[in-house]
Amino acid sequence: MTDRAQTTPARRKRALAPSTGRRPWTFYLLATLFTLYVIGLYGPMVCIYILSFQDVRGGLVFPMRGTSLHWFIDLFTQVRTGDVKGAFSRSIRLAVVVTVVTVVISFMAGLAFRRRFAGDSVVFYLMIGSLVAPGLVLGIGVGLICNLLGVETSWYTTALGAQLSWTLPFGVLVMFAVMSRFNNAWEEAARDLGASAWQTIRLVIIPVLAPGLVAVALFGFTLSYDEFTRTLLTAGSLNTLPLEIWSMTLNVTSPSLYALGTVTTLISFLIIGVCLGTIARIQKRRAAGPAAH
Amino acid sequence: MDSKATAGRGRESWLLILPLVLILVPFFIVPIIGVIAASFVQSDGFGGIIPSFTLDNYRSVLTSALTYQLYWATFKFTVFAWFFSLMIGFWIAYFLVFHVRSPLLALGLFLLCTVPFWTSNIIRMISWIPLLGKEGLINSALVGTHIVDQPLDVLLFSSLAVVIAYVHQLTIFMIVPIFNSMARIDKRTIEAARDAGASRFDIVRLVVLPLCKTGIALGSIFVVSIVMGDFFVVKVMSGGGSASVVGAFYEDIGVLQYPTAAASATILTVVVSMLVVAILRTVDIRKELTR
Repeated sequence: MTDRAQTTPARRKRALAPSTGRRPWTFYLLATLFTLYVIGLYGPMVCIYILSFQDVRGGLVFPMRGTSLHWFIDLFTQVRTGDVKGAFSRSIRLAVVVTVVTVVISFMAGLAFRRRFAGDSVVFYLMIGSLVAPGLVLGIGVGLICNLLGVETSWYTTALGAQLSWTLPFGVLVMFAVMSRFNNAWEEAARDLGASAWQTIRLVIIPVLAPGLVAVALFGFTLSYDEFTRTLLTAGSLNTLPLEIWSMTLNVTSPSLYALGTVTTLISFLIIGVCLGTIARIQKRRAAGPAAH
Repeated sequence: MDSKATAGRGRESWLLILPLVLILVPFFIVPIIGVIAASFVQSDGFGGIIPSFTLDNYRSVLTSALTYQLYWATFKFTVFAWFFSLMIGFWIAYFLVFHVRSPLLALGLFLLCTVPFWTSNIIRMISWIPLLGKEGLINSALVGTHIVDQPLDVLLFSSLAVVIAYVHQLTIFMIVPIFNSMARIDKRTIEAARDAGASRFDIVRLVVLPLCKTGIALGSIFVVSIVMGDFFVVKVMSGGGSASVVGAFYEDIGVLQYPTAAASATILTVVVSMLVVAILRTVDIRKELTR
């Protein structure tokens, strides 16, 4: 404390002037960094979307050779690119199940973690452990246990569980952020007005937390839909989409790969758009206030 | 009465948390125990195991020079990925929280950074190929402007490409928690520091940095554990030139050497846990997250 007090006068000449509303030079520096980051983030992705629309002469790099939907048709009709259609349908069905389970279980866990209870730290660190454990190690473990029990691994059983061990910790972490803005007095008010526990959840907690629950759903769907390492050894004989993409990166050297990238990213963007749109709509309706009712 | 109510609440909390535990036990605890158990048994050489206790798997993994090379290579990638993602992530978050004045714009720009997180990692990784390749955009530009005469080989299928792919994928894991910590800093604290004569650099070093330690720790846990547990970025982006710890035991699985793979996997899990615990010791994450 004292040495800070002593150094202060010496530093005073470098002290900042009160803000006059003008942007400091650091603003421009960081704005440039931000712009470069966003370009670096999206630039490469945009490249492969563009390159996926080449015609039959197309290669893996620029310049563009013609424009057509050839590689998209190729993707869904050629046998050598594997069972893309099947992988799509499996991945989407799996992601829907993971989303529903993640939302329900994360919501319940979020409610539980509002209070301390015996063993809460154990569950918390169990969750953190599941989040940081190397995915392939868990995959080997699931494979070994299934071997021992004589159970077949498949995308809708073992891969489902393996993906949940990844999406649930994310879901609960999002719930923590959501719950920190929830005022417990609202719940107590509902109880004082005679609401049952279930009514309180259904009529007070869920509507208040709705945007957060949509965010949990967004995490559940996209993390499952793109999950790779935990699924690799647990999905059994039929591939999910990321596994299909993985095998394509190893042996397909045509723009088909990019076409698949474009299609799968479109689906991701669709899901993101729907979720963020829903959150924005809820918030807007709230901002309009009770007068809107 | 009080203790009874507490007990009732405890039961209610456990009922709510039970489904989470019921998923994590069979798909996290049991597999980890399975891997540890398998690392102590013998292989019959044909993909089966002989249930007799042995330390041979550990002996062969720990006495192999290859193991240390792999860890060294993986550690190097981890340090580079961590450093660059932290540097970029910190300043991006700082820009969004302290320099963008409209909260709605800040939220929009924040979402702009997070959207790619919800898309496929593999696709984002291979999207560097048309840029970094020998005939890629960057090389064409460099040759076209006569900065270099020959296309550069080091851009793709090299350690550089691996680090670029990691930073591209993982910076988001730094931005989100650091943004979250920074957004909670009371702006009056900054004003007070300014009034007390702190320079811009002092404010970052003495006020902002300590207050977003939790965010940095959380981001670091994600980046370190993901890079340590990765094998596909290294495999694809290095073009087979670099190996990784996980890649090595994935190949053991391919040739049905389960016990050796299990021993490597156990060692990796221990190493990653130690790193995570070391990071966790610097902050109380639970307290920060649930407050």
